[in-house]
Amino acid sequence: MTTRIFGSGIRRREDPRLMTGQAAFTDDIKLLGLLHAAILRSPHAHAKINSIDTSAARAAPGVLAVYTGADTDGVLNPIPCAWLPPDSDIKAVPHPALAVDTVRYVGDGVAVVVAESRYQAEDALELITVDYGVLPSVINPKAAMDPGAPQLHEDAPNNQAFHWVVAGGDADAAFETAAGDPQNHVVVSENIIQQRLIPHAVETRSAIANWQSAMGELTLWSTSQNPHIVRFLCSLVTGVGEHKIRVIATDVGGGFGSKIPMYGDEMVTAFCSMQLRRPVKWTETRSEAYLATTHGRDHVQHVEMAATKDGKITALRVVVHAGMGAYLSTAGPGVPTILHGLMYSGPYDIPNIKGDVYGTFTNTTPVDACRGAGRPEATFLLERMIELLASELDIDPVEMRRRNLIQPFEDGHDVATGVTYDSGNYQGTLDLAMQQLDYPALRQEQAELRSHGQYIGVGVTTYCEICGLGPSQVAGAVGFGGGLWESAIVRFYATGKVNVFIGTSPHGQGEETTFAQIVSDELGVPVEDIEVIHGDTDLTPMGWGTYGSRTTVVGGGAVALSARKIKDKGKALAAHLLEAAEEDIEYEDGKFFVRGSPDQNKTIQDIALMANVAWNMPEGMEPGLEATTFYDPPNFSYPFGAHVAVVSVDPDNGHIVLQRYIAADDCGPQINPVIVEGQVHGGVVHGAGQALWEGVVYDDNGQLLTGSLLDYAVPRAHMVPDMEILSTVTPSPHNPLGVKGIGETGTIASTVTIYNAVLDALKPLGVTKLEMPLTSERVWRAIQQAKGA
Amino acid sequence: MEKIPIQVTVNGQSHQAEVEPRMLLVHFLREELGLTGTKIGCDTSQCGACVVMMNGATVKSCTCLAVQADGADIGTIEGLANGNDLHPIQEAFWDNHGLQCGYCTAGMIMTAVEMLERNPHPSADEVRAGLEGNICRCTGYQNIVKSILAAAEKIGG
Ligand code: FES
Ligand code: FES
Repeated sequence: MTTRIFGSGIRRREDPRLMTGQAAFTDDIKLLGLLHAAILRSPHAHAKINSIDTSAARAAPGVLAVYTGADTDGVLNPIPCAWLPPDSDIKAVPHPALAVDTVRYVGDGVAVVVAESRYQAEDALELITVDYGVLPSVINPKAAMDPGAPQLHEDAPNNQAFHWVVAGGDADAAFETAAGDPQNHVVVSENIIQQRLIPHAVETRSAIANWQSAMGELTLWSTSQNPHIVRFLCSLVTGVGEHKIRVIATDVGGGFGSKIPMYGDEMVTAFCSMQLRRPVKWTETRSEAYLATTHGRDHVQHVEMAATKDGKITALRVVVHAGMGAYLSTAGPGVPTILHGLMYSGPYDIPNIKGDVYGTFTNTTPVDACRGAGRPEATFLLERMIELLASELDIDPVEMRRRNLIQPFEDGHDVATGVTYDSGNYQGTLDLAMQQLDYPALRQEQAELRSHGQYIGVGVTTYCEICGLGPSQVAGAVGFGGGLWESAIVRFYATGKVNVFIGTSPHGQGEETTFAQIVSDELGVPVEDIEVIHGDTDLTPMGWGTYGSRTTVVGGGAVALSARKIKDKGKALAAHLLEAAEEDIEYEDGKFFVRGSPDQNKTIQDIALMANVAWNMPEGMEPGLEATTFYDPPNFSYPFGAHVAVVSVDPDNGHIVLQRYIAADDCGPQINPVIVEGQVHGGVVHGAGQALWEGVVYDDNGQLLTGSLLDYAVPRAHMVPDMEILSTVTPSPHNPLGVKGIGETGTIASTVTIYNAVLDALKPLGVTKLEMPLTSERVWRAIQQAKGA
Repeated sequence: MEKIPIQVTVNGQSHQAEVEPRMLLVHFLREELGLTGTKIGCDTSQCGACVVMMNGATVKSCTCLAVQADGADIGTIEGLANGNDLHPIQEAFWDNHGLQCGYCTAGMIMTAVEMLERNPHPSADEVRAGLEGNICRCTGYQNIVKSILAAAEKIGG
């Protein structure tokens, strides 16, 4: 037997087109007669639109049309929010594609120009005059609920979008017990700000709409992580039947959550094409993307943790104010609730948990998923509180974690938030990471360096996260406006070549390769003979998209099951052709053979030929060799791991160097370990960005001060080290391949790991708290302040 | 707007065109010549997605006017492979998983071409420093650095 293809780090099948400039990203596509749209955006965070004068723009060279909210209102339905957590009194306020009488954030779409060229469209934008009546605005998610705060929506008093509660055990009673018995208990509390982030895919959003009026058909190329959801929501917004809409998103330049939502801009592009009966392209500029593409995080948290004096956590209580921005984005409300609050137990036994999450409207860009989506914010607060507890109790922080980790389990563990983890061995990844680090030696080195006035720090995180979204029944129960299953068709042609059509739509994660590996592993066909097709709703079966680290778990499950159906049919056909009983047919390495006589065999290619020509089929068997599976997983997947960061801080200027980063993760069996490592690399650096460099700043008037790459510091190559990537394998019992997601774990763990490392370094200098990002200036100021104190 | 005639050689082929003086080189390549392998990732000359070779040196084609390229010899990602034979840097990116979504890749590879011409045996730190003008959000840079070092080894022997 040759090396198994499942688990082999083969080169990616999608790379040749991407490395040679032959890929077709949305903005690369040109159609005959293509027009270009540009969108005018509000310069004010909150204002009444008194009037709009578009006459000069209409008369500008090359301009075909100018539309405002008055034109789209009533033709385009409001942009829906698709995740409405139940029992949360959620206010799904109307979100028009173009603002009608009020703008609510800087970047809100106000008008669109369509012209023969992009340059002409942008020229004409400058000729539109809008008379605004500026209103007061509110930016901070907590201040939004203060009495007297400016109100965004009539239907949402106090700017409260929702109030969601998670509770298990009795947290209030546990805190009372702790307070009443200080001999044996300790309570720590902290206010944490999860600053607002910009997901920042390198490709900005783009759309091409092509309305074929005679057929009433709309084709929409869209930079989306989930083209089938776009088709669904586009149908709701435009009124065009879902069966008449084709969405194409084959090559997409990263998403990180920002390409999940349905945006007004894409629907305005469709509107323009439907009005003008010509194809229309709209591509966002980067400056525009900062304002108009969803942001992430934006929590103000108050967190309390209680423990016994021997370091056993007894309770966690959290109050979160989560900024939703000016409107509810497609998945926005699900992020600080389901994807956050349900993970308050992390990898620990915490018997009593309570979380109150208030979603609030602010005069800012709408907030949605940003790599990790809710789980980094949960991991951060847990790991920060454990660090504070350890410090309070003078217990080593790693030991503190060990005392609270859930014991290894293989099939199901319930936690207080009400979810059931699939499988875990949290000690295993922690041991592995600590070995790699040589923790005792590092602590010794730290002590020595300190005596010379040099400061290094170490942060250790153990985490567990929820992904592989998820069972559809649960999706319905938690207010997700769709299913979360996946489908896959595996189709053999007479020549033995294979197409795999998948509903989900990767955009950098490499499933054109890993899904080919699954099929190759199941059926013995070389990967070169397998082509995975995705990202075109007319070609592919239904799928709910790539986010929440779900594509390999759920989509991969569908692919594996389809391949297994093919194997079953192949066996039956082989038995017929070999004139043997089906029970006597065995399969190995792409061959069906009669047990005991391997020479009597049919290859999978023979079977593909015979099934496709159908000259000699058994009674009742249909021609063709093709299988479809709709796979709905019975549970989420819960990958986990231990991460370590070692940093140095220069006390003279506050400069931080990330010296080492160790990631020991467990995502179950790895289909392609090279791709897994790549996912971890990218995730860790994204999370490092939040810890050290990235953060959105608005001024009090809602003007975005970090509106370019000069002000918003995305990590660059020289700012990060080579990471040390390790893994263990604990299969999930819940899906056909035993796999768990790995797309977000890096981000989920790294922010707090690095944060805790920096605070560890600063401990002897008296700095105990810092707001992210930990810029040199902030660190230096904190050191100065601590010196002064 | 008045148009200006230019002559530009791109990947060895000469093109005559009339362009507005304000047209960016990247738009000329993408829109006029249909060479869409060169990407646009920002509008402040920060991301490097648009890097091309101009007379043997890299330029950010979003920061250069098409008229400035009059008479120039431009190389883009489309011209890098020799027929079906990938350039050693492309091959190294493929071997080392140096790309994920692939959107930054043309800029990364073009930057690497010049980097290795100037310094055939860079250290990892030099490679990282040399990528200062290129942003990748997917890879965390580790495998891009690895790819460039592997290419250096292959080219330099
Ligand atoms: S597009 Fe040229 S540097 Fe970003
Ligand atoms: S591979 Fe996606 S931005 Fe670099």
